[in-house]
Amino acid sequence: MSISLTENAAKHVQNFLVKRGKGVGLRIGVRTSGCSGMAYKLEFADAAEGEDLQFVSNGVTVLVDPQSLPYIDGMELDYTLEGLNEGFKFNNPNVKDSCGCGESFKV
Amino acid sequence: MALLQISEPGLSAAPHQHRLAVGIDLGTTNSLVATVRNGISVVLNDDEGSALLPSVVRYLADGSLQIGMAAQAVQSEDPQNTIVSVKRFMGRGLKDVGDVVDLPYRFVDTPGMLQLRTAAGVKSPVEVSAEILKVLRDRAERSLGGELVGAVITVPAYFDDAQRQATKDAAKLAGLNVLRLLNEPTAAAIAYGLDNASEGVYAVYDLGGGTFDISILRLSKGVFEVLATNGDSALGGDDFDQRIYCWILEQAGLSQLGVNDVRLLLTHARTAKEQLTDNLQAQITAVLSGGELVDVTLTRDTFYDMTKNLLARTLQPTRKALRDAGLAVDEVQGVVMVGGSTRMPQVQRAVAEYFKQTPLTNLDPDKVVALGAAIQANVLAGNRSADDWLLLDVIPLSLGIETMGGLTEKIIPRNSTIPTARAQEFTTYKDGQTAMSIHVMQGERELVSDCRSLAQFDLRGIPPMVAGAARIRVTFQVDADGLLSVSAREMISGHESSIAVKPSYGLSDEEITQMLKDSAQHAKDDMQARALREQQVEARQLLEAVENALQEDGALLDADGIAAIRASMEGVRFLLEGEDQTAIKRAVEALNQATLSFAQARMDKSVSGALKGHKMSDLES
Repeated sequence: MSISLTENAAKHVQNFLVKRGKGVGLRIGVRTSGCSGMAYKLEFADAAEGEDLQFVSNGVTVLVDPQSLPYIDGMELDYTLEGLNEGFKFNNPNVKDSCGCGESFKV
Repeated sequence: MALLQISEPGLSAAPHQHRLAVGIDLGTTNSLVATVRNGISVVLNDDEGSALLPSVVRYLADGSLQIGMAAQAVQSEDPQNTIVSVKRFMGRGLKDVGDVVDLPYRFVDTPGMLQLRTAAGVKSPVEVSAEILKVLRDRAERSLGGELVGAVITVPAYFDDAQRQATKDAAKLAGLNVLRLLNEPTAAAIAYGLDNASEGVYAVYDLGGGTFDISILRLSKGVFEVLATNGDSALGGDDFDQRIYCWILEQAGLSQLGVNDVRLLLTHARTAKEQLTDNLQAQITAVLSGGELVDVTLTRDTFYDMTKNLLARTLQPTRKALRDAGLAVDEVQGVVMVGGSTRMPQVQRAVAEYFKQTPLTNLDPDKVVALGAAIQANVLAGNRSADDWLLLDVIPLSLGIETMGGLTEKIIPRNSTIPTARAQEFTTYKDGQTAMSIHVMQGERELVSDCRSLAQFDLRGIPPMVAGAARIRVTFQVDADGLLSVSAREMISGHESSIAVKPSYGLSDEEITQMLKDSAQHAKDDMQARALREQQVEARQLLEAVENALQEDGALLDADGIAAIRASMEGVRFLLEGEDQTAIKRAVEALNQATLSFAQARMDKSVSGALKGHKMSDLES
């Protein structure tokens, strides 16, 4: 079981955390919503909670709640530039189908 | 797939429901757009990687447009159709814009706001600004990958209602939903206030290309409040260039240059100024159109010396703003620097000496306003949790209404924080008065003629009563954008009338500064003028009352009594023409004396009239 970040993504996350001034790392999860059933959750994490699983990749701590893990296990988080837009990209091996824009997905 | 941004804990947006919001600094020379990404405020660049969009729009005959760099590059070739610094014309009439003769545009003097005749037809400043905003909106939507829910747009602290409304209209025309207009210095303070998260009183020192603004703000318990603002609308980086330019002329023994040479030397002056920020001296070498060679060396010390008084001119309004806020220099906890001109070391030094502390300069002074606006937009779009701060601004000039005798009654004093609502009760002046004209004024002076008229409306349907019996409640409400609405309500009948003030004419920074200056200089005269007017109103009111009484109950007096009162009335009337307040006062007292026994007789008559036909028991209950 693992969740990983590319070097580039880790660099950006660390940078954001420093500027934000607080937080232990990232919280990644899924929730049921959106046009294809599931949607990602990507938030700053201020503290680990009870059942959280912790992964460390390229120096960044990632917290995942156990219910979410099966949907995103093996996922790699990348940071990319697309035209003028930039942001995080989820390379999730579990996804079978996603809506046109990719904001929500099916497993 | 779509690219995601990191949210605050618990605030992940549902798919397709990102609340994308931006902050826009719609500047006189340059405009910027910024947004909060992954929790950090960043300025958005265009395809070429530049953040600043020159606020220049060129209209071509075929209806196409050039905006920004492209328009700026051809500005001198096509000055009539290339609109620069359109911000100066927002919400302003032709009369408000001083030196139109020096400007290359073909103005159309339309009522309210002026318009500009271009190759593509007549355009209003609102339309020109909208073109700039459209470019920024497009840049933002491409950068953020979605449609914007709204924008916070910054305006100078001194912008009046008309100028603020014009800015909102431009945004609407550009398809932007305005979440809020925000004062520029306030935006800068947010950018710093949040990054440093420290409470206390701050000064925002904003020295731009052509204007200087100082604001005093207080950040406490999550509330950001602007205590006072002041400034000089004709002082900026251009004046520093001008000083160097004059020095070059002096050194090179030049005089009477052509337009192109003046422009050339001013450009060199500006470059030298910028070089002196990092270097101790700057070399100025130029060849003029007549072939003369200019080759001089300017040292930092010489530059400091020649610009000393410009710095002193920024400290004067600074002192005034502090006084308005009721604060001493040592109560200011931090000083925020805004505007490209604050990069000059002598500016930073002068500010540091005055405030006895090192000013904050760690954010880019050109971008800090847009960055702050973006943070505010992010909060208003609902991307931050509820424990976030509230933001308060102040109104630059007092608001009030005209009362009898051409006097102003202030209802909301200057520097009141907005949004605000205040009410005051007024009454009728004449017996049987059924309507009242409400004249909304803006300014610090005592007389209506010295203040600015914002709007006028009538309240009708007041039940006929004796003078002074009606109760009319006038409510002033200023919303978060600084726009004013006034309502008047007659308390007995409930009749109500109201107006939203979008004045047709703007008021320039110069005029506001002038109005404030005048009010300080004329304070004593104004007080005397007010006393005189009040005395005159009282005298007229008394004359009218006596006249009515004579008509009604003249029969109670003998011919001598009437003659004595008439003579006394003539005395008052005669003195009313003059300006001697004490003489009028004495005459009014004399008339009061002369009518004393008459009033007594009338009182007896009306009491006996009222008692007639009533039993004692009726009266006791």
